[in-house]
Amino acid sequence: MDNRKSKAIRLKRQIPLFVMTVPGLIYLLVNNYFPMIGIFIAFKNIDYSKGIWASDWVGLDNFTYLFSTGSAWRITRNTILYNIAFIIIGTIVPIAVGIMLNDIRGKVRPRLYQTVILLPYLFSWVIISYIGFAFMSGDSGWLNNSLLPALGMEPVQWYSEPKVWPFILTFVNIWKGVGYSSIVYLASIVGIDKSYYEAATVEGANKRQQICYITLPLLKSTIVMLTIMSVGRIFYSDFGLFYQVPMNSGAIYETTQTIDTYVYHGLMELNDISMSSAASVYQSIVGFILVMAANILVRKVSPDDALF
Amino acid sequence: MIKSKGERIYQIAINIILTVMCLLAVIPIWLMFMSSLTDNDVLISAGYHMFPTEFSLEAYRYLFAKGDEIGRSFLISVFITVVGTFASIVITPLLAYPLSRKDFCAHNVLSFVVFFTMLFNGGIVSGYIMWTQVFHIRNSIWALIIPGLMMNAFNVILMKNYFAQNIPPALIEAAKIDGAGEFYIFWKIILPLSLPILATVGLMVGIGYWNDWTNGLYYVTKTELFSLQNYLNRINQNIQFLASSTVAQSAGAGNTTLPSVSVRMAIAMVGCLPVMLLYPFFQKYFVKGITIGAVKG
Repeated sequence: MDNRKSKAIRLKRQIPLFVMTVPGLIYLLVNNYFPMIGIFIAFKNIDYSKGIWASDWVGLDNFTYLFSTGSAWRITRNTILYNIAFIIIGTIVPIAVGIMLNDIRGKVRPRLYQTVILLPYLFSWVIISYIGFAFMSGDSGWLNNSLLPALGMEPVQWYSEPKVWPFILTFVNIWKGVGYSSIVYLASIVGIDKSYYEAATVEGANKRQQICYITLPLLKSTIVMLTIMSVGRIFYSDFGLFYQVPMNSGAIYETTQTIDTYVYHGLMELNDISMSSAASVYQSIVGFILVMAANILVRKVSPDDALF
Repeated sequence: MIKSKGERIYQIAINIILTVMCLLAVIPIWLMFMSSLTDNDVLISAGYHMFPTEFSLEAYRYLFAKGDEIGRSFLISVFITVVGTFASIVITPLLAYPLSRKDFCAHNVLSFVVFFTMLFNGGIVSGYIMWTQVFHIRNSIWALIIPGLMMNAFNVILMKNYFAQNIPPALIEAAKIDGAGEFYIFWKIILPLSLPILATVGLMVGIGYWNDWTNGLYYVTKTELFSLQNYLNRINQNIQFLASSTVAQSAGAGNTTLPSVSVRMAIAMVGCLPVMLLYPFFQKYFVKGITIGAVKG
């Protein structure tokens, strides 16, 4: 009796803490949890005149249709291949830059380099598409009017040439993100005990050996963690990168369209809700399975690095 | 410290590599800046150049003289950034703080409720249908502020970890013994001790609002409500439209009139200038935020 009473008092004391969480929880409920319920839309044939609730159920028809068009294969392939390229290059380059930023001597230069390399991260994708257009537009772009002629090459119609886009998009993605990720790695590198390097120097280890046998092994857990998070998101793509940088040019969809831009295209430009909701739910569900799988895998291999 | 020959070569090499990377970061911005300063006729006849033959401030003069649309979208960008960031900086710590309290009975359950949103989401389409059909957010200023940007699980977890690591539980206990209520403690003790993380999160959210164009793309069609980024995006869409339809071109492009190339570049400069100008002042907090986020919690 006494115990229960004190428990009630304790709970009552915690009411203010519950109250604090209310605005944030309401936001999550509306912004994140309601749309999860909305997944049922993919199993309906949405007709705005009937309303969402009264529209007819069609079972898996939307999905069958999506996978019968061939675009499902294309957008899945593009999304995954781009992500694999981003994960590999987006790990190697920032680690190299992080190591260099850590090793550079002087007071002003490390900060200056870091500041400048981070600049592109601050720009919106719209601005980047303007910059991209200044470089790549057909007749007036800088590549076609200055660089390619100087190298003795023919101008390229960038926005209608599918072959070049895997390279362009990978480059732009790394260009924008390298400052951010190199600081993430730099933070881990700075935390490494200096005495390891001193001992190694005394033993006569050169720079390359120090990187291979001290820095990289100690970065392992950061690398693993960031890689799982990226693998878990392998079904997602940065809408801004894939929509803005190719300027939504239909001629190059073959190599630039990902699940996210496909969903947008279907929803806003073709008004095809069935198709885009099927693609969108396909992305959520497979994406969820992949996060869980990645985490289970890591928990098997090195439990300390698992996310949960 | 004696520098060996190998070490000297290494220093020279990394300086060269990092300088090249800095050039790669700066040259595109330079090209944009120079294009906005190029005479529009030269831009059309000779294309984009790093060092234009004919300088002109015409584009900026035009922006000041005729820029009421651009001025309005600039103000809308400022408005959504200020209001959105403020709201975020209120609700995020309010949720994160109780989660950081080990003695709060629901801290585990609610932490999971927050974390789960990072694992699974309902997708773009159901979010879109909900905002437009249930909340009727289309063509209102709230469409630019509420969906997606105001709070995310990552920032909540970031703050929660900061509170848990930097605020000793004994301090809270002591305040309680002195008779302080939870809200008083939060306001008078927790927040003043957490200014660095508030600055960091506020900064990241603020940049997110300033740079956002997707909410406008999905929910806003009224040009009076365009933020600067939406305005720039609309010009882009019109360019694509003109490029793809020859009919429109021969018909005099209908109602889609494009600003001249140099004016477009000048607007783009206006779109990124505030962030670039403020960046040196907030760089410290920004880098700190990335660093805290990097440490797993």
